Amino acid sequence: MAERASVGKHRSARRSVIPGFGLTMGLTVAWLCLIVLIPLSTIFLRAAGLGWDGFVAVGLSPRALSAYRLSFGTAFLAAMVNAVFGLLIAWILARYEFPGKKLVDAAVDLPFALPTAVAGIALVSLYAENGWIGSMLAPLGIRVAYTPLGVVVALIFIGLPFIVRSVQPVLADLGADVEEAAATLGATRWQTFSRVILPAIAPALLTGFALAFARGVGEYGSVIFIAGNMPYKSEIAPLLIVTQLEQFDYPGATAIACVMLVASFSMLLLVNMLQAWRAKRSAK
Amino acid sequence: MTRAAATESPLGRRVLIGIGMVFLALFLALPLVVVFVQAFAKGWPMFLDAITEPDARAAIRLTLLVAAISVPLNCVFGVVASWAITKFEFRGKSLLISLIDLPFSVSPVVAGLIFVLMFGAQGWFGQWLIAHNWKVIFAVPGIVLATVFVTFPFVAREIIPLMAEQGRDDEEAAVSLGESGWQTFWHVTLPNIRWGLLYGVLLCNARAMGEFGAVSVVSGHIRGLTNTMPLHVEILYNEYDFVGAFAVASLLASLALVTLVLKSLLEWRFGYHQARSAH
Amino acid sequence: MSIVIDALSKRFGAFAALNGVTLEARPGEFLALLGPSGSGKTTLLRMIAGLDFPDAGHVLFDGVDMTDTPAAERRIGFVFQNYALFRHMTVADNIAFGLTVRARRDRPAKADIRARVAELLDLIQLPDLGHRYPAQLSGGQRQRVALARALAVEPQLLLLDEPFGALDAKVRKDLRRWLRDLHDRLGLTSVFVTHDQEEALELADRVVIMNRGLIEQIGTPREVYDTPATPFVSAFVGETNQIPVTIAAGRAAYAGRQLDVPTAGISDGPAELHFRPHQAELGADVPGTLPILVGAARQRGGGWRVDATLDAQPIEFDVSGPVPDRGTRAGLRLTDVQLFPVR
Repeated sequence: MAERASVGKHRSARRSVIPGFGLTMGLTVAWLCLIVLIPLSTIFLRAAGLGWDGFVAVGLSPRALSAYRLSFGTAFLAAMVNAVFGLLIAWILARYEFPGKKLVDAAVDLPFALPTAVAGIALVSLYAENGWIGSMLAPLGIRVAYTPLGVVVALIFIGLPFIVRSVQPVLADLGADVEEAAATLGATRWQTFSRVILPAIAPALLTGFALAFARGVGEYGSVIFIAGNMPYKSEIAPLLIVTQLEQFDYPGATAIACVMLVASFSMLLLVNMLQAWRAKRSAK
Repeated sequence: MTRAAATESPLGRRVLIGIGMVFLALFLALPLVVVFVQAFAKGWPMFLDAITEPDARAAIRLTLLVAAISVPLNCVFGVVASWAITKFEFRGKSLLISLIDLPFSVSPVVAGLIFVLMFGAQGWFGQWLIAHNWKVIFAVPGIVLATVFVTFPFVAREIIPLMAEQGRDDEEAAVSLGESGWQTFWHVTLPNIRWGLLYGVLLCNARAMGEFGAVSVVSGHIRGLTNTMPLHVEILYNEYDFVGAFAVASLLASLALVTLVLKSLLEWRFGYHQARSAH
Repeated sequence: MSIVIDALSKRFGAFAALNGVTLEARPGEFLALLGPSGSGKTTLLRMIAGLDFPDAGHVLFDGVDMTDTPAAERRIGFVFQNYALFRHMTVADNIAFGLTVRARRDRPAKADIRARVAELLDLIQLPDLGHRYPAQLSGGQRQRVALARALAVEPQLLLLDEPFGALDAKVRKDLRRWLRDLHDRLGLTSVFVTHDQEEALELADRVVIMNRGLIEQIGTPREVYDTPATPFVSAFVGETNQIPVTIAAGRAAYAGRQLDVPTAGISDGPAELHFRPHQAELGADVPGTLPILVGAARQRGGGWRVDATLDAQPIEFDVSGPVPDRGTRAGLRLTDVQLFPVR
């Protein structure tokens, strides 16, 4: 988050000579309320209108619980995979020189820039039984498309840049002398990595993980094509919302959306706390 | 200086780079490649057909229209909000910034749902809209609203740190020399933030054109009327028109590539360093 | 433990950092590597440490060839200019690090490690700071912790890379003295790198003066000060006045004027004459002295430092007695000089 905006706080609290506070602040708050806060509040108000029992009946129904399990479970798994490989990619980008490095560095942002629907059809095309990769896995008995595994694959694609971009600057900043110090004290390369480097980048890694996870839970476009979308088996929570909307089951949709919002905001809080932890740690 | 002690053996390095490259090729490169391969699987004529037939053209027009509305709106908002936040002191700045960032953490489907709950037939304003014969949901205004919501923070979160870093000195100097607020903004602030602004607009546009989940919920999928390009891709795909779907998708993928290139150019040549905080 | 450096060379691209350097450190010695930046002193230190490897030459510890042995296996302690403390670990954990990364069979018991840490905290005079984090310490404290960390593994050699460079003057002076005391107590062979000659001369048993990848002179502080081997050493260490002279028939002359200075062993031809500000006496402008024009004077210690000019060249010298007025022509009698033939 943009903690830097509070950089001016320690300056003396004198009245600013710059004009426009009233206008810009007013516009900002008005716009924020109109576009973000009021619309978001509809979820909570509607959900509240259901009463607790009503809320539980639709928001925590067996079908909903299956959907949560799938969404959260696959997002977690994908974020774990990305934590490992994202760290590796951040490492080679921050530490090594190799041909095409600049290209790779730019390419890491592809999942950010590519529309989710495009990613969705591309991935299902690759991993379907007659797809380029799917056809190689089929003889091994591994089915990816239309299974939870497919969802995980899609979420790996989506979440990768979060980890890489979170860890990369921290790795680059970590000076070489700390690693050399560990070496002179007798540490092997692996010990240096696990006991000196990893703890130093832990906050950044966790932040990236949380972001990838949060994104994965709510992801729709890239997942909807490759998931099986069968209720209780391979139906992600966002799809359940859409299905209920199409059936005009507004309460059902609202309740599930409410659960998802609560989860999102919790992740947001977690990320903010992690960033505060990181800021405290990096004070020299 | 070669730091011989603080690095892996040459073999170790090559193995790590190799693993990284394979992973990226598998998860990043292949999906991109398959889009273009499938788009041209039946040759140029089929490709051109797919992207020029009326529904596709309507989808392209709608996508461009939505972007043309939401990007400038959010651009203006971003600048206004950044001015309010970085040029003045007040309590609750962090809260305000967090609130601006909210749309980032909301699932796209939920983003669409909230506007259905407000403007849909059973929504708060539903009856009132019907009475006035205005359509928001299942019509273009709804799509614009959902897109504005989803891309709300993009420009703001690029230029708030930028303007915070640049401080107020330039603006205060200009004001003390007699420039009005407006003049100060045009002559002093805007030149300072132009690359950050461009960067934010670039990202905002990419997301606005590519948004799927939120738009899918509010659009009603009416061919030729309320389909953006991503929605059109979905429709074609569900009808097993794979070449058509990938053809339109390839246009979007090209947009993504152009975005990446411009983004990199901005980062390399103009030394614009985005304050990379949480995305 | 003794160290032998034999003809060490290292290039970084086209730049020759070390050009065939040979030297010996005796057991228990406190050796200083002194020189300007780019002289190769840090490169040499890192080669001794095993953090970098030479292109040619050998490094021997007690006669054993260590040239290809990596740093982790050399049993050295290294102190970095910017401390390189592990920010996420407490002071106690930092100090214990070298002991905790040992292979299981060599690792001391937890209680022993704790005892050793406590011992070292006492040694560095920070007994109550074990649970603090590096960010909570001052620069001087951090450097002491870095030292304790390096000593924890009972190294056979202590290497310090400009250890006080990041500290301010007062802290630096205090820590200097403390380090020398520590060395005397522990008797550990130590090599430290500095560009501050005052520091080197104050602390070291012997000083190695380096310039452009070569050793100019090795000697005690006294030796390099009183009998510099090369013009570079003479100019680098202490304050020096340099004058061009000509040697002919065993006598030195400046611009045709003979000087009363010993010239034993210097061949005829052009030479450089170096003398220090305190190696001159002010007197009348008579033959055998340097003809100078007196300029401004300022108080220095118990006497005066006088600025003068020898033709156009600025000269500085010390006097204890009264100083003549500005513009006076005088003669400087040189009591002790260094002469270096110009090749």
